[in-house]
Amino acid sequence: MKIWRTIKSFFLLELLRGLRQTGSHLFEHKITVQYPEEKTPQSPRFRGLHALRRYPNGEERCIACKLCEAVCPAIAITIESEPREDGSRRTTRYDIDLSKCIYCGFCEEACPVDSIVLSRVFEYHAEEHDELLITKEKLLEIGERLEDELAADRAVEAKYR
Amino acid sequence: MMAPLQMWLSGWLPEPLPLILIILIKIVAIVLPVLGCVAYLTFAERKIIGYIQMRIGPNRVGPRGWLQPIADALKLLAKEIILPTRASKILYLIGPIVTLGPALAAWAVIPFDDLRVLADINAGLLYILALTSLAVYGILIAGWSSNSKYAFLSCMRASAQTISYEIAMGFALVGVLVAAGSLNLREIVHAQQGGFLNWFWLPLLPLFVIYFISGVAETNRAPFDVAEGESEIVAGFHVEYSGMAFALFFLAEYANMILISTLTSIMFLGGWYSPFQGMGPLDEMTAWVPGMVWLILKTAFFLFLFLWFRATFPRYRYDQIMRLGWKIFIPITIVWILVIGGMVVFEIPPWFDA
Repeated sequence: MKIWRTIKSFFLLELLRGLRQTGSHLFEHKITVQYPEEKTPQSPRFRGLHALRRYPNGEERCIACKLCEAVCPAIAITIESEPREDGSRRTTRYDIDLSKCIYCGFCEEACPVDSIVLSRVFEYHAEEHDELLITKEKLLEIGERLEDELAADRAVEAKYR
Repeated sequence: MMAPLQMWLSGWLPEPLPLILIILIKIVAIVLPVLGCVAYLTFAERKIIGYIQMRIGPNRVGPRGWLQPIADALKLLAKEIILPTRASKILYLIGPIVTLGPALAAWAVIPFDDLRVLADINAGLLYILALTSLAVYGILIAGWSSNSKYAFLSCMRASAQTISYEIAMGFALVGVLVAAGSLNLREIVHAQQGGFLNWFWLPLLPLFVIYFISGVAETNRAPFDVAEGESEIVAGFHVEYSGMAFALFFLAEYANMILISTLTSIMFLGGWYSPFQGMGPLDEMTAWVPGMVWLILKTAFFLFLFLWFRATFPRYRYDQIMRLGWKIFIPITIVWILVIGGMVVFEIPPWFDA
């Protein structure tokens, strides 16, 4: 047995096996995705930048129940609310700190009215910290801009929710 | 090609000048292509290792990434050279120069083909041995003068390792010397005339393998790169260097790789000789290929091995490196020198029957 081991190491058999292993990968198909030109496919469940949605009649969905604020493990959501003139409860402040958010999607799952949602947008950036603290106005604007895509994704996933 | 130029120059220049000028032109004609190869070897390394790891490697600068080495060089040129406050300033700046100098100076005796050699000295092999051992001084100086723990540890490792493997390398070269009966690199190639079965790699197979592995260890390349050891001692002897000073170490490392590959091709793979020599039709079909092309192809093969090794083998532990060098390589080389001696004495064909 020991002799066999000596022969194996003297003829570099194991090293040659290692070289064959790596050498065979040299000609294999490369899986790199050339990012700005190519993109990987996204799931409808993708969790990216947040958005606040409205009903088709333009009424904002959020009813300030604060379930998202309560469930948020990163304490990234801050909500203040007051009754509106018509007596219904609405938020006066809905801030998300993107630098705290961990994109777990619990807020979306907690939301009884599908108001706060995570969109497919992942290519956003900020040069200063302030720009990562987004307000209600900004969230609603994102929601309006992406409404078609958000609604379609929710429809696809409806039967699992 | 050089003779008419020299004639013309000596027409209007006083005596030693034309010769000096011609030598300078030859030096430039060797050093510039070597540096170009160094630049593109770094590119080849990143591409090949990328491909082995199923990545693409650099492909953004220029068409398919071909300008990447130039971008890297410009970046390094533009960067500040930082002098650590507590460093030994003069030695700190001499370090990279001492490392690069021998790596380039060794090219003086390399025969590119039968006529193209800068200095056809009769002790070429000795000159090569001397200069390749000098390179470790640069690393030692750099590591010591940086006044950094990591650099110091690394230069201790590098010098111990280089000195150990130099012995095995020297013995392997003694084998070549016995087989060829000359220290002149051109003569060594001449002794290997004939097809690829007449080259020295066959009778000197163990020495050939040991020489190349020792060469990998000498250049501090993976899997013998404990001197660099980025996972334990950051980057080793060049941690404190930046900008062009760092680039000089980089150049020296790659120039040494090319040098070792060229030497291996010259001493074991018949230098500029075609592998098909004396094989009838194959020989005639490849007769138009200039000798230098064969040498370059052989060198490229060994350079590819360097990169392949790096992509394949994990780093040796320090005591394993020492064990391999002292307890395995040196005994094998000594035994094989005796075998070679016997083969030469009894004139075993086809290598030693002349």
